[in-house]
Amino acid sequence: MTATAELRGLRGDRAKAKPENKAAFWFLLPWFLGLFAVTLGPMAASFYLSFTDYNLLQPPEFTGLGNFERMLTDERLHSSLGVTFTYVLVSVPLQLGLALALAVLLDRGVRGLAFYRSVFYLPSLLGASVAIAVLWRTVFGTEGLFNEGLGLFGIEGRGWISDPETALSTLITLNVWTFGSPMVIFLAGLRQIPAMYYEAAAVDGASPLRRFASVTLPLLTPIIFFNLVLQIINAFQSFTQAFIVSGGTGGPVDSTLFFSLFLYQRGFGNFDMGYASALAWLLLVIIGAFTAINFWASKYWVYYDD
Amino acid sequence: MTDTLTRTAAPRRESAVRPVRRSRGRVRAFCKHLLLVACAGVMLYPVLWMVVSSLRPNDEIFRSPGLILAELETGNYEAGWNAFEHPFGYFMVNSAIVVLGAIIGNLIACSMAAYGFARLEFTGRRWWFAVMLLTLMLPIHVIIVPQYVLFSEFGWVNTFLPLIVPKFLATDAFFVFLMVQFIRGIPRELDEAARIDGAGHPRIYLRIVLPLMVPALATTAIFTFIWTWNDFFSQLIYLIDPDMHTVPLALRAFVDAQAGTNWGATFAMSTVSLLPVFLVFLFGQRFLLRGIATTGGK
Repeated sequence: MTATAELRGLRGDRAKAKPENKAAFWFLLPWFLGLFAVTLGPMAASFYLSFTDYNLLQPPEFTGLGNFERMLTDERLHSSLGVTFTYVLVSVPLQLGLALALAVLLDRGVRGLAFYRSVFYLPSLLGASVAIAVLWRTVFGTEGLFNEGLGLFGIEGRGWISDPETALSTLITLNVWTFGSPMVIFLAGLRQIPAMYYEAAAVDGASPLRRFASVTLPLLTPIIFFNLVLQIINAFQSFTQAFIVSGGTGGPVDSTLFFSLFLYQRGFGNFDMGYASALAWLLLVIIGAFTAINFWASKYWVYYDD
Repeated sequence: MTDTLTRTAAPRRESAVRPVRRSRGRVRAFCKHLLLVACAGVMLYPVLWMVVSSLRPNDEIFRSPGLILAELETGNYEAGWNAFEHPFGYFMVNSAIVVLGAIIGNLIACSMAAYGFARLEFTGRRWWFAVMLLTLMLPIHVIIVPQYVLFSEFGWVNTFLPLIVPKFLATDAFFVFLMVQFIRGIPRELDEAARIDGAGHPRIYLRIVLPLMVPALATTAIFTFIWTWNDFFSQLIYLIDPDMHTVPLALRAFVDAQAGTNWGATFAMSTVSLLPVFLVFLFGQRFLLRGIATTGGK
């Protein structure tokens, strides 16, 4: 069961067996320690720091809502938000669309399924690495492979990375390139659709397109939903690719200034830790809002046969 | 609710309609393969080109978009390997230490937590489980600043500890979840039989559950390997001293230092840095695919 389905199901069953608190305490001790010392503790601390001015050297100085007021007039933050939203809203649907298309293509008893699946899956393991980001920088450079490819069709290329108009689209391409992991999840989901539904549809004379629209798609909606939630959360946190492709600046002209890169520059470049903490909470609120909207909207389009 | 993803062993469905005419089916299959091969080719081409370019002299790289090598130039590997005060292997050892620590930590701490959630009944279990699932969705940025302050108080900056110790505290909720799912699939009768024989929970965990969840442990080890090997953000923050640099940091420093002149060496070291991930993928993909099929992966 997926994590999203799990959260939905939590309203359900009641405890039956008698509690074994002592044993549970010892088994969960590392996790509890981690939860409080490494996760919730720092979260609370960063919540406090977001209302302060703090540079690591002097003790934090309480400034009330100062950091949040600063956000309203911070032009770079605004362009960073614009870049990040564009990236998430364009690359995630493209990535999932491609993942679904190839999963459907592979699902219908293709020979060499294991081979194709591996080839499509591999980029999603490599995509987060520095090496691939470096490669991307050269492929979409002025003399890069992409322009060579365009040259074959007589199209004049340009410096895709150095042009602020197109720099972000190279990063979107990189994210779309890692469609393999949602594809594998779609494939697993497609296998769960009972054959009798397809047989019944075929008997009724449904066309392949109709079968896809009326059988496959509705039964796959929980998986689509799960992939959507997960990939949106991931995309909001993208860092490495933009960092490497832009040499840490988010340039040209802040066109690849991902939110997490901006936060890194503020916090660990300028040691403006108070503002960075406030930015982190803004990111949490944004991701939380997107996830909440997703869960809310799922009532209208996700089909659970329970 | 139907458990849509965990039962991957469900029977494969047969094609519902038999093709009326065989030749039409064959043409369709051919077109499909053509499309798939084209897709795969476009996807892998840049990576293959990088590997081939790492074996070309520098002045040829950007003049050769093809994949055919006129001659084998291994000088790039030598130049890249020795481009720093430490040979590249030094950074690979650093990465390997972090990866190994993270794997051991995740295997121990996540399996213990997973046993607790899957097999033990305790006050507030469902609530804590929900908390665990929510931390799965928490961006690392929200905790990184105070975490950095905390670890620098401990004097842990420029050591591997900030990258390893949290793993011994089961902070990778994804793996806890993966293992909970797996343990739920192990028949409880086995636990009960052991309990009748007088075994307590530590013994059931060690002797029954752990040996049966080896596939889940393998999945965890492999994913931890790949994600830690590729991880850039937290290593960039905690490892500033070049002596402590790991592979991603060394590679980035290398690219910055020679400002895009020595592409042959850059591609050679990029290839070296991807090789371990590729090998792990090659030998462990069975576990990887099963892992993301059961939990949804990243």
